[in-house]
This record gives sequence, structure tokens and C-alpha cells, in this order.
Amino acid sequence: MSDLRQLYQEVILDHYKKPRNFHPLADAHRSAEGYNPLCGDKVTVYLKVEDGLLSDISFIGSGCAISMASASMMTASLKGKTVTEAEAFFERFHALVTGRAGTNAEAKLGKLAAFSGVCEFPIRVKCASLPWHALRAALEAKEETVSTE
Amino acid sequence: MRAENITLESRSVSLGFDVERIRQDFPILKQKIKGKTLIYLDNAATTQKPEAVLEALRRYYTSKNSNVHRGVHWLSEQATRDYEAARHRVKSFLNAGSEHEIIFVRGATEAINLVAHSFGRKWVQAGDEIVISAMEHHSNIVPWQILCEEKGAALRVAPINDEGEMVLEEYEKLLNSRTRLVAVTHVSNALGTVNPIRSIIQAAHSKGIPVLIDGAQAAPHLKVDVQELGCEFYVFSGHKIYGPTGIGVLYGKERLLDQMPPYQGGGEMIRSVTFQKTIYNQLPYKFEAGTPHIAGAIGLAAAIDYVNALGLETVAHYEQMLLAHATEALAAVRGVRIIGTAQDKAAVVSFVLDGVHAHDVGTILDQQGIAIRAGHHCAMPVMERFGVSATARVSLAFYNTRQEIDAVAASIHKVREVFG
Repeated sequence: MSDLRQLYQEVILDHYKKPRNFHPLADAHRSAEGYNPLCGDKVTVYLKVEDGLLSDISFIGSGCAISMASASMMTASLKGKTVTEAEAFFERFHALVTGRAGTNAEAKLGKLAAFSGVCEFPIRVKCASLPWHALRAALEAKEETVSTE
Repeated sequence: MRAENITLESRSVSLGFDVERIRQDFPILKQKIKGKTLIYLDNAATTQKPEAVLEALRRYYTSKNSNVHRGVHWLSEQATRDYEAARHRVKSFLNAGSEHEIIFVRGATEAINLVAHSFGRKWVQAGDEIVISAMEHHSNIVPWQILCEEKGAALRVAPINDEGEMVLEEYEKLLNSRTRLVAVTHVSNALGTVNPIRSIIQAAHSKGIPVLIDGAQAAPHLKVDVQELGCEFYVFSGHKIYGPTGIGVLYGKERLLDQMPPYQGGGEMIRSVTFQKTIYNQLPYKFEAGTPHIAGAIGLAAAIDYVNALGLETVAHYEQMLLAHATEALAAVRGVRIIGTAQDKAAVVSFVLDGVHAHDVGTILDQQGIAIRAGHHCAMPVMERFGVSATARVSLAFYNTRQEIDAVAASIHKVREVFG
């Protein structure tokens, strides 16, 4: 049960049940869709980028607790951050869920450190990283759906 | 004494089917997963292998390994004899009319692709139609889509109702003079529905349309008699019937197979080759280019022998008891909705849990050593039909027990604990 509690931490379940920034952005500058063909999880990330800042970020989608909470917490963490900071977050988050992050990196992730349990569940890594791949695609202004496969 | 009586009683409950003894035949079932005894309920994906199959593979590779239909030496003779004996057993298993009608392929998927390529090349043209159902596995959708795209033909899809049963009246309306083939599953992998294939075949035949039945999920659970059914093609996979992966069977009526062009070219499928012209080998070798999966065929025959020894009817009876128990036990869990509630079902219970994604159910059950499938089951159109993106699926085999199903139900309560 302890591994499960480590994976499904309270903050993750809270964001799954009450996702933040869960709506399309009518005046988004960029958006991108992420899709995990393994489980059918889908997430679309919307961005407003002004003067190198993510002045607004939101998402819509459907999927498992890990992917939806990851999307919700990603938007909550990145709103108001610079594009450069967002990219650094991507790298740190990816290192965290693949088990390559040190404690220092975890500290810099703030609440997102709750995803540290994911690395014990290799097939769930894609769930956690799906919205982040969509974010990166949106930042790079890629048109087509990014896939975790 | 008393404890012993209880054990005997609970065994007799399982209809004279000694499941504990049968489980001894499957080495993998003794394995611990995350400290828990494995509960394997993903049998629609693949089944576990009895010792008899593993031993057949070992015996082949240790004492008979050689290429077939070629060598003049003793080993090749032995390998050829066992390989052809395997074909004979498959023929009997399906009650086909002749060994010429049994083509060894990699699996049901390759068998369908073979028919789509070969039958399609010969008989499907622009404006023609292929009819499938809305409950097909991707392997009985995509090969036809590829064919239709190539030929300018159209794919027609017979709808299913809310229970997951094919709507026969609508299906019959799709059959017309342009229909070249009907390709329908015998048992749905995502819903467990057993299709009324006799009626489906009859309706097509009344208009002179040939029928392919995808038996991947049926062959392990139901007695199949292709002569009685009268279908033109029947396909199944070895690994879903307790045999090895990489081996499967295409049954086809000789009359059609004879006229169909080869699927792949190479060795084995030829009678003579010059740079000007190649004369193809006779059936079934015309469709078996290259060295076949000899060990796989022998392993499949061992699996068929194993299932025959248990008796498919006995097995089906026991599995129906398990299915009823699983349906009841899962439906009793708060928030569970069963997807696929057909009158006639086999071995599969697909469900969604209110407020929890199937993938999360799968992960939490996995922590208890329980293997189920969570996802779209390679049947995305079925998921769409029921308005879900994924389901959790418990799929049964004769080595499963009521206690294992109870453990699943208990674990779903655990999912509720985690998710609140």
C-alpha cells in the first residue's frame, strides 16, 4: 500500500478531482495536444505568451489521475513564469519522474515534487509527462498532436 | 477431517472440475508478483502455457530441430512429420475438411491480412464493399481499411446496441450485390459478446457473400466446427489458446484458397522457379513462404491436445460459472458499470469505475499481484460507442478460480480507499 500512497499522494488526488485552470483559452497564442495511445489519455495545453512570460496557461482533456493531476499542477506551477523557466521545469520534472533527479532538483520543483513516486511505476511515466510534452510542443509551436509513443 | 470435507465440497461446487489440480500444470501461476501470488486475469490478451506445451517445445528443439519439407536426413523427416501432424490436429480441432485448408501463420492478425491481400487482390474492385461490425478488434478493421483505400472500395460497419450485441436487422440491410466479404468476430475481446455467427453467415450466404470469422477470442472457449458453420474463412491465434506466441491458423475453404494468389513469395511456396516463371506449390504450402514456425505449430498442437483432454465443453461450463460469478461480484462494487451486457457472453467482464480511470484501477490491482487489462483493448471504436476512453477488463481462463475473482472485487474496494 505504501508505494501506492507514494504514487497517489493527496495533492495529486486533489488536483485530479478538482483540476485547476481546466478550460480552453479563447485568446491563447499557442496550443498543442498530447495523446497517449496506450491508454487514450488526451490533453490540450493553451498558452498566452507575452514578453517571454507565460501570462496565462490552461488545459482540457481526459485521462487517468496521474495525467490529469500532472496537467493541473503544471498549469498552476507555470502561470507567470518565463518561457526559459518553464523549459527548466520540464527538464527537472522529466528527471524526477524517470528517477534521475537529486533532492536538490526536487526542492526546486515545489509542489510538483509530489510526482516523485511515479518513477517506481515505469509504465505510468508517460501519463505524468504527457501534459509536459504538450506544453513543449506548444512552446515550439508544433501543430500536430504529440504522442508519448 | 472437517477442513478436508470443506475443501472437497468447494471443489465439487466447481462442477467436477478440479481447478487446483489443473493449476499445477501451469508453472507461471506459482509465481509471486510484488510478494503476492499472481492472479492472472488478462487471458484475452494472452493465455499462460501448460507444462505440456513447454515440454513439446523443449522436445522439438532438443531432439528434432531441423527444417521441414527439405532435408533427406532423419531429423528433417521427424520435424516434417511433427509439423504436419500438428496441421492434422488443427484440422480435427476445427473439423475442417482437409489439411489443405489449414494454413499456419503468425496469428489471427496475419491470417486476416493474408485474406485481405490475397482475396482482396483477386476479387475486390472499386465500388465494392466489405462489411464488418462495430465491435471488431483493430486487426479486423485496419487490414480492410487498407484494402478499401487501395481499391477504392468502401468499408461498411454493422452497428451494435447498448448491450454490445450486433444489430442483425441493420447488418442484413448492409448486404447487397456490391458486398464482396463479411468479416466479423466470433467473440468480442472488449465486451465478451458471443456473436450469432450462424445467422450472420446464413444472411451473407443467402446473397452469395463469403464470410470470414475472427475466432481469436472464441477458439479457447467454444467448440468450433467450420464445416457446420459453413464460413469461408476462420482465423485464430495459438497464444490465446495456451500455445506459443507467433503461431496462428487460417482456415479457408479449399475452393477459394485454390483460386487466391499467394500472399508472400519465397521458399516453400513454390514448385519450380525460373527467371521467366514460377509455378506455385499446392495448398497449404502456397501460403507458407519461408521456413515456418515449426516449434510453434508443434506447441500449438500440444495446446490443442491439452484443451481437448480437459474437454472444451467442460471448460466452457466452468468458465460460464466463473463469468457469472465475476459479473455478480464486480457489479456489486459501488460505482462499477459493466460495459458489454450481451445475453450470450464468454469469459470477459469489461467495466468502468465511477470517478477512477481504468489505468489507475490497473495500477492499484497490479500492486496486489493482480494482472488485468486497462485501456482501449485495440478496439477504439467500441470505446467510442460506449462513450468511454478506456475500460478495465477481467478476462477468464479455466485455471482461474472464484477466490481470485473475490480478490479482484476486494481490491477494487481498495481502489475506492485510495481515491476516496
